[in-house]
Amino acid sequence: MLGRTLQEVSAALKQGQITPTELCQKCLSLIKKTKFLNAYITVSEEVALKQAEESEKRYKNGQSLGDLDGIPIAVKDNFSTSGIETTCASNMLKGYIPPYNATVVQKLLDQGALLMGKTNLDEFAMGSGSTDGIFGPVKNPWSYSKQYREKRKQNPHSKNEDSDWLITGGSSGGSAAAVSAFTCYAALGSDTGGSTRNPAAHCGLVGFKPSYGLVSRHGLIPLVNSMDVPGILTRCVDDAAIVLGALAGPDPKDSTTVHDPINKPFMLPSLADVSKLCIGIPKEYLIPELSSEVRSLWSKAADLFESEGAKVLEVSLPHTSYSIVCYHVLCTSEVASNMARFDGLQYGHRCDINVSTEAMYAATRREGFNDVVRGRILSGNFFLLKENYENYFVKAQKVRRLIANDFVNAFNSGVDVLLTPTTLSEAVPYLEFIKEDNRTRSAQDDIFTQAVNMAGLPAVSIPVALSNQGLPIGLQFIGRAFCDQQLLTVARWFEKQVQFPVIQLQELMDDCSAVLENEKSASVSLKQ
Amino acid sequence: MAAPMLRWVGRGRLWTFARVDGGSCHRREAPTGSTSNWIRGQSSVAQQPLYTTQKPRKGEHKWAAVVGLEIHAQISSNSKLFSGSQVRFSAPPNSLVSFFDASLPGTLPVLNRRCVEAAVMTGLALNCHINKKSLFDRKHYFYADLPAGYQITQQRLPIAVNGSLTYGVYAGKKQSQVIPKTVRIKQIQLEQDSGKSLHDDLRSQTLIDLNRAGVGLLEVVLEPDLSCGEEAATAVRELQLILQALGTSQANMAEGQLRVDANISVHHPGEPLGVRTEVKNLNSIRFLAKAIDYEIQRQINELENGGEILNETRSFHYQLGCTMSMRDKEGKQDYRFMPEPNLPPLVLYDATSLPAGADPQQVINIDQIRETLPELPSVTRERLVQQYGMLLEHSFTLLNEVGLLEFFQNVIKETRAEPKKVTSWVLNTFLGYLKQQNLAVSESPVTPSALAELLDLLDSRTISSAAAKEVFEELWKREGKTPGQIVSEKQLELMEDRGALEQLCHSMMEAHPQVVMDLKKGNPRAINKLIGLVRKATQSRADPAMIKEILEKKLSS
Repeated sequence: MLGRTLQEVSAALKQGQITPTELCQKCLSLIKKTKFLNAYITVSEEVALKQAEESEKRYKNGQSLGDLDGIPIAVKDNFSTSGIETTCASNMLKGYIPPYNATVVQKLLDQGALLMGKTNLDEFAMGSGSTDGIFGPVKNPWSYSKQYREKRKQNPHSKNEDSDWLITGGSSGGSAAAVSAFTCYAALGSDTGGSTRNPAAHCGLVGFKPSYGLVSRHGLIPLVNSMDVPGILTRCVDDAAIVLGALAGPDPKDSTTVHDPINKPFMLPSLADVSKLCIGIPKEYLIPELSSEVRSLWSKAADLFESEGAKVLEVSLPHTSYSIVCYHVLCTSEVASNMARFDGLQYGHRCDINVSTEAMYAATRREGFNDVVRGRILSGNFFLLKENYENYFVKAQKVRRLIANDFVNAFNSGVDVLLTPTTLSEAVPYLEFIKEDNRTRSAQDDIFTQAVNMAGLPAVSIPVALSNQGLPIGLQFIGRAFCDQQLLTVARWFEKQVQFPVIQLQELMDDCSAVLENEKSASVSLKQ
Repeated sequence: MAAPMLRWVGRGRLWTFARVDGGSCHRREAPTGSTSNWIRGQSSVAQQPLYTTQKPRKGEHKWAAVVGLEIHAQISSNSKLFSGSQVRFSAPPNSLVSFFDASLPGTLPVLNRRCVEAAVMTGLALNCHINKKSLFDRKHYFYADLPAGYQITQQRLPIAVNGSLTYGVYAGKKQSQVIPKTVRIKQIQLEQDSGKSLHDDLRSQTLIDLNRAGVGLLEVVLEPDLSCGEEAATAVRELQLILQALGTSQANMAEGQLRVDANISVHHPGEPLGVRTEVKNLNSIRFLAKAIDYEIQRQINELENGGEILNETRSFHYQLGCTMSMRDKEGKQDYRFMPEPNLPPLVLYDATSLPAGADPQQVINIDQIRETLPELPSVTRERLVQQYGMLLEHSFTLLNEVGLLEFFQNVIKETRAEPKKVTSWVLNTFLGYLKQQNLAVSESPVTPSALAELLDLLDSRTISSAAAKEVFEELWKREGKTPGQIVSEKQLELMEDRGALEQLCHSMMEAHPQVVMDLKKGNPRAINKLIGLVRKATQSRADPAMIKEILEKKLSS
């Protein structure tokens, strides 16, 4: 049952094959078994069981709230949850219990979803590995998969397996690990430069970043307000569409959500024929750092569309190479501003020093933030100084506009959806990953995902195939602004073609029967 | 144009303006043109008073002061600028604080429509250009009562720009004439108020009250067109009246709804502007004038003694009557302005740009707001002058005293007396009593109806004006009696019996032959003595004009 998709388990709940409480308990028990993955910061067991009980009553009375009623979900620990600690994986917010729910959390609860817990991340979502939070790094469930282990056994050079676990990617690595390890059916991440799509690619999941303005940010503790979007991590595209259906829509508490009517619910029309479709391949995304395996899969994916009758065009996004540096300026500037409220006065960490308010601020912030956050605050404040503002911030904004226009031009040339890699390669081992600092890693890892945030477009990472090492590789589809439904429709067609294999975790968990119940045959049509 | 000059003597003596409405740096003749149309605004920017030192060196060593104001007016609104929290003065601490006001992480600003309308209305009343698109910015600084670490304001593109404020300063020999002056308005911006810090030095604690945090403010930035404390004070007073007339701010300085910061510098005319200081926390109009004049003189003294002016923030110490360096900000603050990413541009419409079928709840129409503008103080004054034939300066006084205009209009409504008479009684007698006892109009023991009845009695010649004064005095002392009751109790009715009065005049002339002799010798003023004696004998109940007429008749016969 746990291995099923959200849609499938929702059907099982409706048919009474399983009750919400049974489902909840199974997930809770798996959360305990997979505790070493460090996916969750807080497990909200009592809350979840109570919600399950209520959901069960509704099912008994035939008053189910819909597809999400009784479905276990997890939420990244940078969304406010009323009465449940929300830390952003930072000392600064350790012990902080928000008095309100983020709009997206509230919407999920209103649909009857069960909140299993709050998932791990890089401190304040600043990172691409889920390695830089105070609760320690998140381990990629694929490190323990049969697929990966068997490949490693074949490799005589492989080192000690236990210390050689893989990162999940980030910053929503906890949410990705939680879904990937079957502890829940969907999870909320956040996506500012790729933080949902990147771990989705590394963990073999669908990672969806909606159009900016489609889903409320109210209650999402911001990284970069002008780019942040709540992200959705699921096992398949249909599940992402169900969750999006629950979340999308204007929120009076977020003035940046759009009021134009959006088709709801997000039921995806079945797409049998792609011959009217035009797929764009941005030539600038073909960079030397791209691994040959990803490059090859990318080109096979393009071939697949072409062979099915779609038009595949090379397009140019000429300002792509400026994206990283531009993002750096804009991101750190907003970070410097957003982090100003963490002064230890009203909530969160406060140091013991009380000689003066200024000394208290300084010590509180030094103790409360890690080096990554402090570094971004410092650079951001530098860029915002009066003498630097024009040269950095204003220029970066102009470049941002150029990057956004690149996409507009590409779509105006007749392209419906862009197809790109999500990441440079598959997930790397933790010990490998930490050889470079957070900033370098973020700059490398966000390279295909971040321009999308600059332009506010919807994008989704779809797991395509396993690498030679037995690890998932994802490709990204980018759609027109607010054409989220079209994007997901194309992504679902693609998903059906590639038949990505289910993760095999039987060695990891005693309860393999539950996991394997729904195992699909590992037919990998795009495998080299 | 000869610039007015003020010389002063006495080393070390501080030069100050004694009164806002009195002693002045504007000893100028009244401007040409009738006084009733000055409101349409001739600019008087160029006329600046000059200051000379006590010891002129070679030639006159003149100083001119340049004063600019930043005025913060709390918007009169039920809820805050970006949150649904209530706005109420003197509520229990931290009882009006939403999650957003406390800057809980993840909360977002939602713009209050009422505050935008208030800003547009104020902008229109101050002849501003209303920007159809304006933007919000974050201004960063750390302070305990600023929980977000930044204030949301409008630095780059404010909601209204390029306006003007016309005000009147008193001038002339008796300071009784009003000269129109205009100060340009650079911009009006919407911004958040901060919370309040309460310092408990004893326990070395600072307590924070966030009730005020996030309340909507209109920051009105005046160009440095002012040149002395009195100009600043009268300009602020005029702004206060406008805001109150519009209802966009209660603008009560004592409750902090109107706060003024002044930028002040001095220089020699024709030379570049001097280094300016900023004087903060000016919480009454009187202290505003005092602080500015003190600061001007301090700067002059400093420069005369070879010192230099630091670009610093100073606060006015109202007990000592001087400004002092605040020294709490080391060096210049860099506010690191940044666009507020959580608020889209604020777009306003007018009749021509309003999209068809737009939801009226979702758009703001400038033209519609223009139609709802109430009568502004300048128009009210003009109306008073035209309708009641009063002097312009009287109209100023009527508007300047809180509640006085309403009192006046209520009296007018209920009395048959001439408006001029009413004006005179309200401005001289009534206001005189209030001032003497330091009372507000609302605290007056005399109601408009009582005064109206009294003026009716006077108008119908039931009592003399002297008796009327007496009745007024009684009204003031003893509440609850009507003028009619007082008149009959004290038998103050005018002596209408001409025969009796003639009899009285006759016996008075007989009793004072010496006075009659004087009169006949050609001293016409001696008649006043007789009039006085007759009046006294009637206990002031007789009409002096009638007495005079009778006496003259008798004397000439």
